Amino acid sequence: MQETLFEGPELVRVAMAARSTGYWAQVWRRFRRHHLAIASLYFLLALIVSVAVVPQFLPYEYDQVSLQERFLPPSWRHPFGTDELGRDVFTRALHGGRVSLAVGFSVALSSMLLGAIAGCATGYIGGAADNLMMRVVDIAQSLPRIAVLLVLSKVFGGGMFNLIMVLVLLEWTDVARLARGVVLGIKVQPYVDAARAGGVSGMRILGRHLLPNSMAPLIVSATLDAGRAIRAETTLSFLGLGIPPPLSSWGNLLTNASAYYFTAPLLVFIPGLFIFATLLSFNLLGDGLRDAMDPRLAEGK
Amino acid sequence: METGRSVLLDVRNLKMHYPVTRGVVFERRKGEVKAVENVSLTIDRGEVLGLVGETGSGKTTVGRCILRLEQPTAGEIYFDERNLLALEGRELRKIRKQMQVVFQDPYSSLDPRMSIGNIVGELLVVHKEISNKKQYRERVAELFSAVGLDPGLFDRYPHELSGGQRQRVGIARALAPRPSFIVCDEPVSALDVSIQAQILNLLMKLKKQYALTYLFIAHDLAVVKHMSDRTAVMYLGRIMEMAPKKELYENPLHPYTQALLAAVPIPDPVLEAKRERTPLKGEIPSPMHPPSGCVFHTRCPMAIEECKRVVPDLRDLGNGRSVACIRV
Amino acid sequence: MSLLQVKNLATYFFTPAGVVRAVDGISYDLEEGEIMGLVGESGSGKSVSALSIMRLVPEPPGRIVAGEVIFQGKDLLRLSGEEMRLIRGRAIGMIFQEPSTFLNPVLTIGRQITEAMELHLGLDRKASRARAIELLERVGIPDGESRLSDYPHQFSGGQRQRIMIAGALSCRPKLLLADEPTTALDVTIQAQILELIKDLSREFGISVILITHNLGIVARYADRVNVMYGGEIVESAAAPEIYRKPWHPYTVGLLEAVPRVDRQVEGELRTIEGQPADLRGEKTGCTFRPRCSYAVARCAIERPPLQEITVHHASACWESERVGKVVRGEA
Repeated sequence: MQETLFEGPELVRVAMAARSTGYWAQVWRRFRRHHLAIASLYFLLALIVSVAVVPQFLPYEYDQVSLQERFLPPSWRHPFGTDELGRDVFTRALHGGRVSLAVGFSVALSSMLLGAIAGCATGYIGGAADNLMMRVVDIAQSLPRIAVLLVLSKVFGGGMFNLIMVLVLLEWTDVARLARGVVLGIKVQPYVDAARAGGVSGMRILGRHLLPNSMAPLIVSATLDAGRAIRAETTLSFLGLGIPPPLSSWGNLLTNASAYYFTAPLLVFIPGLFIFATLLSFNLLGDGLRDAMDPRLAEGK
Repeated sequence: METGRSVLLDVRNLKMHYPVTRGVVFERRKGEVKAVENVSLTIDRGEVLGLVGETGSGKTTVGRCILRLEQPTAGEIYFDERNLLALEGRELRKIRKQMQVVFQDPYSSLDPRMSIGNIVGELLVVHKEISNKKQYRERVAELFSAVGLDPGLFDRYPHELSGGQRQRVGIARALAPRPSFIVCDEPVSALDVSIQAQILNLLMKLKKQYALTYLFIAHDLAVVKHMSDRTAVMYLGRIMEMAPKKELYENPLHPYTQALLAAVPIPDPVLEAKRERTPLKGEIPSPMHPPSGCVFHTRCPMAIEECKRVVPDLRDLGNGRSVACIRV
Repeated sequence: MSLLQVKNLATYFFTPAGVVRAVDGISYDLEEGEIMGLVGESGSGKSVSALSIMRLVPEPPGRIVAGEVIFQGKDLLRLSGEEMRLIRGRAIGMIFQEPSTFLNPVLTIGRQITEAMELHLGLDRKASRARAIELLERVGIPDGESRLSDYPHQFSGGQRQRIMIAGALSCRPKLLLADEPTTALDVTIQAQILELIKDLSREFGISVILITHNLGIVARYADRVNVMYGGEIVESAAAPEIYRKPWHPYTVGLLEAVPRVDRQVEGELRTIEGQPADLRGEKTGCTFRPRCSYAVARCAIERPPLQEITVHHASACWESERVGKVVRGEA
């Protein structure tokens, strides 16, 4: 649909878009076409709601021990059966979900924030600050991850907060490097020059122009980071670090259950399945987001 | 001789060399790109100075130095009699209101995440030209109308507009802080012919309406001819010739200007058939290794031995004409 | 018989946003050794029409939906993929705007030029190399022997374009499609390249379709000119005719809107109002009507065909005669 607006020599015809399209509206529309990514998004949302809400309505506590009811198979009373201490596996799985998802999201968001600010700022400032940042990133990435993870865990001790902190410490440098690369590309765009020529301050350019335009790859990276964080937590639990019992996380559920693999395989499969499904969902979500936010597609030419 | 001339921009001996470095951890200097070498020019209030040249001529760099998007290696720039290169902080920001820019690429010169209304209005907020939301919207609507855009497009995003419309947004943005001087860096090169004419007309109209002064940078000689009062021709970082438009195009003195004009095809086959058509030989040298003496000597049909050794000054020939050539 | 006869060629792109009629029924003839200028702005369909001749239109989303492209007596659109491959690079060569994107950066230029020759002409390495050196010499790159082993990034933009020309000509094509070959080049280099193309055309009897938006280039180098707008040819004539006696309002508008080095337009340039045509959606009547200051009622209903106004000069406009008279009266 086209309409003319003015008469006269400065006639300008406006091509009216069928729908008003902000950037995010466009992204959402493109994203909707990725069926797997949409399914993953819904799954994750359902999962989050479940782990947050459902445990209130369950008759069991996550640490409710009942030695008479050990290793029960699935039934109406215990949809996933019971574990080696008679605790309801369903309840524990959901509680575990709370912890694991909390770890995943916290790590992803924190490292994204930290990395974005550090990377964008030094990328924009350039010079010595940028050099320094890159050397820090280089060193951080040259260290063997698992070893560092173990050492830091031992140093800071267990507990959810410490676990999150350790994981963030390792992840943020990746995000910083990514952010810096993106900012270097944006920094030389004419619209940034126009802002500088207009007298816009560095801080405002950073906040108004650089950060919003670098969000896309960072968000994609964050979804993948969330998945990685959950996996890392699982590994740590396996090695005896990570979330201490009786608090449950999928990682330590898996760990505890591994001893009973031959007698009660369900105890291993349940947390394993949750982890697998969640990780897969994060990956598919990340893929879908990456395609949807591709700047080439956003230019609409 | 010159009565009541008011010089708005005075550039003296501008030099811009970019170092080329090697190495990742420790940077070593490999060489220099001599983008701008000893450029001096003045622009009067209300004038349009056209700056024309091919790749490597340095014309865009001159514009960027004037806007202080780059820090020149040497030279002085006076804007409204104030030493531009000495200003910092708040003083610099104040002066920046006076000097704005319109860029070439209508796609990358607008922040894709911002609505065009906010793109145009950003400088109003930054320089505190308005005090409330209503005023903001009104001012932006005024600016939209001034460049021929429907004010109702405020909430649109750049990707929803055509190239010509985006360029109008860029112009509206430049007008927002009420500047007296605008650097137009290839403002129509990326546009179709029919849209190009619309934008050129718009720029001329705005110049009269707001009493603006332009530095009009372009590689298209015909466009520059249409827009400028005086024109300077640059080659490899130096000004080869500068003259009032009519004189330059009808009677070019510098061999490079002559070659440049001869190379531009005219949309008229009958006239074309009568024109001199031997194209200039050779490639444009790299600004990292400019030729000795007169930088044009490697391709100049009039070059002699001395041209390899002597760097010609931009000589004032009177009547506003100057040429940098020892053979003229 | 003409070397190339295009008849009612139509190429559409089927996109989620609608059907884009990039080329909507164009016809023209090209003689041997003739240089034809195909002029238009972005969206006019000029590039897509050339890709259609070469059958290089990406499918999906594009598709050649109608027409014939008769080259040396054979309809290219009816050939098999294999047969078409033999024609491309051999009988028909193509050069593009950005030589950097069409020269493989990891292969030496020698390899890239000789590849086509070895494939199409069956020459052995030695013979094709010798010919490559000859070609480089002819296009103005001396020291061919040593330069064959250089990589594209070691050449300037103008030189890369010459290399692309050498490659396109290596198998002695009868037809060269040049899509905006000099748009990305400086003016002085542009002149060199175009003179080269013209010389080669005259010397070897190669027909050239020169696609550009620059009216000046076409005036200087083309024998015939076809002006395209909105996927259609709106005017077709010999070069001097088009410039001195245009009949179509779009051509008239273009000529008036372009600033010239030899003239001074006082005040404003005469513009063509509005925006380039939207190629989606149904077309009723003349595609140019929304921007046309000569439009009458009929223009909104019936699409004007390309018809001859004077000898070998055709225009797609119901009001061609009136337009011509008005412009002549003013000129």
